[in-house]
Amino acid sequence: MEPINIVKSVITPLDRKNVDTDQIISKEFLKRIERTGFGKYLFYHWRYDENGNENPDFVLNKPEYKGSQILVAQDNFGCGSSREHAPWAILDYGFRVIIAPSFADIFHNNCFKNGILPVKLKEEEVDEILAKGLQKPYTVEVNLTEQTVTGEDGAVYHFNIDPYYKEMLLNGWDEIALTFKYEDKIKAYEEKRIVFK
Amino acid sequence: MAKNIIEKIWESHVVHREEGKPDLLYIDLHLIHEVTSPQAFEGLRLAGRKVRRPDLCFATMDHNVPTKDIYTVNDPIAKKQMSTLEKNCAEFGIQLAGIGHPDQGIVHVIGPELGLTQPGKTIVCGDSHTSTHGAFGALAFGIGTSEVEHVLSTQTLWQNKPKTMEIRVNGKLGFGVTAKDIILAIIAKWGVGLGTGYIIEYTGEAIRNLSMEERMTICNMSIEAGAKAGLISPDEKTVEFLRGRRFAPKEEFDKAAEYWLSLASDPGCTYDKVLEIDASEIEPYVTWGTNPSMGTGISGRVPTVDDYESETDKQALRKALEYMGLEEGQPITSIEIQHVFIGSCTNSRLSDLRTAAQIVKGRKVAPGVRAIVVPGSYSVKKAAEEEGLDKIFIEAGFEWRNSGCSACLGMNEDIIPSGERCASTSNRNFEGRQGAGARTHLVSPAMAAAAAIEGRFVDVRNYLKQEQQA
Repeated sequence: MEPINIVKSVITPLDRKNVDTDQIISKEFLKRIERTGFGKYLFYHWRYDENGNENPDFVLNKPEYKGSQILVAQDNFGCGSSREHAPWAILDYGFRVIIAPSFADIFHNNCFKNGILPVKLKEEEVDEILAKGLQKPYTVEVNLTEQTVTGEDGAVYHFNIDPYYKEMLLNGWDEIALTFKYEDKIKAYEEKRIVFK
Repeated sequence: MAKNIIEKIWESHVVHREEGKPDLLYIDLHLIHEVTSPQAFEGLRLAGRKVRRPDLCFATMDHNVPTKDIYTVNDPIAKKQMSTLEKNCAEFGIQLAGIGHPDQGIVHVIGPELGLTQPGKTIVCGDSHTSTHGAFGALAFGIGTSEVEHVLSTQTLWQNKPKTMEIRVNGKLGFGVTAKDIILAIIAKWGVGLGTGYIIEYTGEAIRNLSMEERMTICNMSIEAGAKAGLISPDEKTVEFLRGRRFAPKEEFDKAAEYWLSLASDPGCTYDKVLEIDASEIEPYVTWGTNPSMGTGISGRVPTVDDYESETDKQALRKALEYMGLEEGQPITSIEIQHVFIGSCTNSRLSDLRTAAQIVKGRKVAPGVRAIVVPGSYSVKKAAEEEGLDKIFIEAGFEWRNSGCSACLGMNEDIIPSGERCASTSNRNFEGRQGAGARTHLVSPAMAAAAAIEGRFVDVRNYLKQEQQA
């Protein structure tokens, strides 16, 4: 997993709440057996019309946001299905950071396993960032070490993050390798585990 | 100190606890299906890792499987995904109930059926509706594919302890109102984010009165309320359901039962949050929008923008109604449907099929409506056929299919065409869930059956009353 610390880019303002993983990656694209190649299907039914042409009104298709690495959305981002194809599509498309007031649990966990930083800010702060980004392209710098989001206009927003996941993202660690260090404890647990015949 | 069941199960599964880290939890049962596992097995191979406890894993095929002719998989990518699961299970020594196997079915239907699901277990699966197994007093939750890989190789997961919530469903359910209506009412009342960061325990008289199958319907949709998991304390019904099941304890069953019952929340225990709802006020529900909280009772109407305060909510309503092709203020009973889907891990068990069959018996599906029944497992299908339910459905004009996830998410060929409307007993009415442009209305099996006959939503209670008088 690619380590992450500082990401600076124009934001992509997706002013919607309850964005579910069916929208992020639709079921017809879940049949691949690889982790890569999902980026072109990200938000497919919002991005393209029935004939496969780009929908010019959808935010990802607007030229001013091309190359953006930071997605900003409303409450409960990533709700619904557990499909990790959703963060794979987000990462493959080029986003490294998602800013929202809240995230659905499974999606939130999935982000950490893939080197995506989910940043939780207060609702009014997200509203402010979205408003700026919708008016004209707005660039921010996200700094994981400092736990800050700094706007091009000097606005600074602080965020909290679980220290365990922070370390993991900063170092790009493989969680399974870390867990193997506790193998003795797993073995000991297995010996005393309650099992009925 | 009095403890709730969530705390009891969590504490008994901590392998390692350390300040500044999540808890390392042991996982007792890992259910696997074809869609969210291939990348996890590939990860193991690339790192040269093994499956730590293949004996604690059980795999099936459900998401992609065809329901007409099970052996004809026309989609080559789906076919590859299924053959990949076969290869992976053979290579790593995991039991698989594949296509044509008598144990095959939707992963959340077969777990309880086989007695793999038991009180007090930690159960995970790369599928968000794993919360279903909570009906047995198990701590069951959906995980992503990286976590699937982590469980395969270590049989553990790092998890921050969520907060606990009690949802007390007081009183008795009204005539013709079902478990599906309870959970849709809960989500409509408090929203799809109500459970974020929590595990929910459902309690109260109305929950105690539910059968195990009905309890599964409630716990199944905990994820639709945003919760990590949802569960119900075990009682005698739980014990009796499991007695004699293939993977349930045999010679130590009584000892196991005693332990299971001891896991129930202690009198006087506390939760981080408590919500209450009165069962007697719940009507049969129908969703009108594009998330499960956008629903109302059958006597209700689609809301208007004036019903909402914030601009974001007004905008969300406009977008939902535009997608759904509905008008503000439209009565629910005026909504006409073209499709009916009875199935999914929410409502595809024998009791669901019995309820629906009771309503369609001797009647005909309305002209222009295509209705399908997809039993949750091979064994549900067989049991239903032994009772003659298949004949009742077929005579009424329903299609009788083989088991799988089917039109709940439309990964196989069971797709609702764009712009058409489906009364569905499944769990998600998201945009495009049942097919690009498809319009989903979530309802109970009874309401879906009545809608099939009338071609629009009707109050199933009137139907059932006629039935009683006849």
